[in-house]
Amino acid sequence: MALSGVEIFKLLPKTNCKKCGFPTCLAFAMKLAQGQIDLSSCPDVSEESKRVLGEASAPLIKTFNLGTGAKAAKMGGETVLFRHDKKFFNPCVFALNIKDTLSDDELTKKVDEVLNSEIDRVGQNLRIDAISLEFASNDSSRYESVVKLISQKSPEVPVILNCKDPSAADRAVKAIADKKPLLYGASEANAEAMVNIAKTNKIPLGVYAEGLTALSALTEKIKGMGVEELVIDSGARKAKDIVELNTQIRRAALKKGFKPLGYPAINFILKNDPVLEASIAAVAAVKYASIIVLSSIEKWKNLALFTLRQNVYTDPQVPMQVEQKIYKLGEPNADSPLLITTNFSLTYFIVSGEVENSKIPSYLAVMDCEGLSVLTAWAAGKFTAGKIAQFIKESGIENQVKHRVLIIPGMVAILSGALEEKLEGWKIVVGPREANALPTFLKSKTA
Amino acid sequence: MAYTIPKETYSGKVLGLEFGKGPKALKVGGENTLPFLSFEGNIPNKPVIAYEIQDILPEDWPDTVQKQYTAVSDNPVKWAQFCQNDLKAQAVALRLIGTHPDRGNRSSEDAAKTVKDVLSAIEIPLIILGSNHIEKDASVLVAAAEAASGYNCIIGKAQEGNYKTIVAAALAHNHKLIAMSELDINLAKQLNILITQMGFDKERLITDPMCSALGYGLEYTYSVMERIRLAALLQNDATMQPPIVGDVGMYVWKVKETLASGADIPQWGALEERGILWEAITATAMLTAGANLLIMRHPKAVETVNKVIEELV
Ligand code: SF4
Repeated sequence: MALSGVEIFKLLPKTNCKKCGFPTCLAFAMKLAQGQIDLSSCPDVSEESKRVLGEASAPLIKTFNLGTGAKAAKMGGETVLFRHDKKFFNPCVFALNIKDTLSDDELTKKVDEVLNSEIDRVGQNLRIDAISLEFASNDSSRYESVVKLISQKSPEVPVILNCKDPSAADRAVKAIADKKPLLYGASEANAEAMVNIAKTNKIPLGVYAEGLTALSALTEKIKGMGVEELVIDSGARKAKDIVELNTQIRRAALKKGFKPLGYPAINFILKNDPVLEASIAAVAAVKYASIIVLSSIEKWKNLALFTLRQNVYTDPQVPMQVEQKIYKLGEPNADSPLLITTNFSLTYFIVSGEVENSKIPSYLAVMDCEGLSVLTAWAAGKFTAGKIAQFIKESGIENQVKHRVLIIPGMVAILSGALEEKLEGWKIVVGPREANALPTFLKSKTA
Repeated sequence: MAYTIPKETYSGKVLGLEFGKGPKALKVGGENTLPFLSFEGNIPNKPVIAYEIQDILPEDWPDTVQKQYTAVSDNPVKWAQFCQNDLKAQAVALRLIGTHPDRGNRSSEDAAKTVKDVLSAIEIPLIILGSNHIEKDASVLVAAAEAASGYNCIIGKAQEGNYKTIVAAALAHNHKLIAMSELDINLAKQLNILITQMGFDKERLITDPMCSALGYGLEYTYSVMERIRLAALLQNDATMQPPIVGDVGMYVWKVKETLASGADIPQWGALEERGILWEAITATAMLTAGANLLIMRHPKAVETVNKVIEELV
């Protein structure tokens, strides 16, 4: 478990020699406890202290990659139960489950779906991150050939070998060992054989047991046998079990320092109804799953799940901002209206959405106010007449529109007089206070 | 190292709240643990979903959801009955959007009549919502509260700028009340305090920390709800203990992802399913953060979230 500053201090040389750049060993210890610096900054720390501190500072939830190369996905390493306490770090992996009983044609189609799942949203490239290949044929040579087919069609996509049969698993793993697949399917019944495969091929192992008592006993046993990169499955399939068991796993790891559950968790959510499957997947995504295995990946479903993951994994400490510039909504021309707002991303999304709803092509000037909303930015002196005037003049919009009319948010109607003075030749129009009145407002202006 | 369940001990609990009357009355809240963690507390009541209807044609709703109600949406009474009888709704939320000055500016008297008509046509509980116009709501909701006297409705939303008259009306006519503030736990707390200082029982309040749609600030609402629940349970903060409402539909069915056709943006896939899922996931996220009551629009989304609730309790 993480040590406090005072506990760390006891392990330091206590000479206050300042070589670390801090005035005292205690000051250094405090910074170390907050994770803001590295122990190596102190040249005089003893080997014994290094060992103790090293163990204590190891992440409470094991961190490693699924797959290799450019599309490898980092898992684990989370530090909090609630995103507002710090942030969630490593976005959950979405994997498509494919059965080896499909025909080669159908398999190819599924792989193509994964490869074509990429979507850009708010500057991020999002996709289905992995393929889970299920051993359903009970034919290990079929499984091996499907593994090869998939890895040839999608060489970069991480693979989960969903297979509880050690002899089939052995052949499949050997075929793609260099891709570092995750072998899912170690249980009490087959632990030894599965551990051997994982050890020989240096790959992570997915461990399954019904309930957390059995699961933690099994991970301890497997760790003792020499495999440390584990992904854990508590057997939770229903939404309630997902919430309860994923919460217990995260709590045990973070609050109790309980190592046997300090691993990324995997949830299988395989349902016939894709809307329901995605909704249950949403529960897993907000409640601590590291890998979510799905049975279908329709484009609309991906978009919703990717967006949710993006929302939940944003850093709550950093105000979300969009770039300062004049945004074109629709295809505006020289007579189209010009509106201004601040660069808080939520403000931008809402305002641009309402302008688009109005179906009236417009220019939206988004001004850098350090990610503050309109009222807050105004109150903080960042959205003032002087600054707005300067931004508008420097933006080049005067060459794009023939008119000289600027629509300002109703919240800052108070700025209109000062702005007309500062922005010579321009007429200031006060828009609605709430963005949802924009469609009506814009329609009446252009009618 | 043997595993022991890491239980949290909570000193507070969420207040239980009953609305409606007769055999169809509903109860929400009352849990003494974080959402759906039955291993460490009691969760006596399931979350409830109310179908949103409105007093004028839903012309601003996208086709996907508008067409679900084409046969009934010209008349709020028929619409409410359709929700109750055909969709098996547990509750209906009537939004008096037609009273908004920009949306027809219906009078308080007209609104009161609509409320009366709807109430006498259904047995399930009714939530009565204004048009979210601060000044107009102050008079419309007073008239609506009076018209609904004796029905134990939920009325709302009382906001910082208009809560006084609305609270007084809810008090006089024995309704429950939604207090809404904008995405800030301190504002939510402050408004609840102001309202209880007027003599309104906190047992009759519902907190609306403002909903946001998936992709459009959902994480803000999510975290504010989580923090409200933690304050209620861990710190036993009485002002944060009322149940929470998520007014999901109105935020979801105006974002681009529920409007743009699959032909326009092929990589987004089919519009119909996309819209339904957008509402279902927004609602599901609100549930996991602590919402006790949801207001939604699309029958298929409601049906899905009801299945999620069945899996969660
Ligand atoms: S370098 Fe090490 S011994 Fe010197 S002051 Fe810093 S912590 Fe103490």
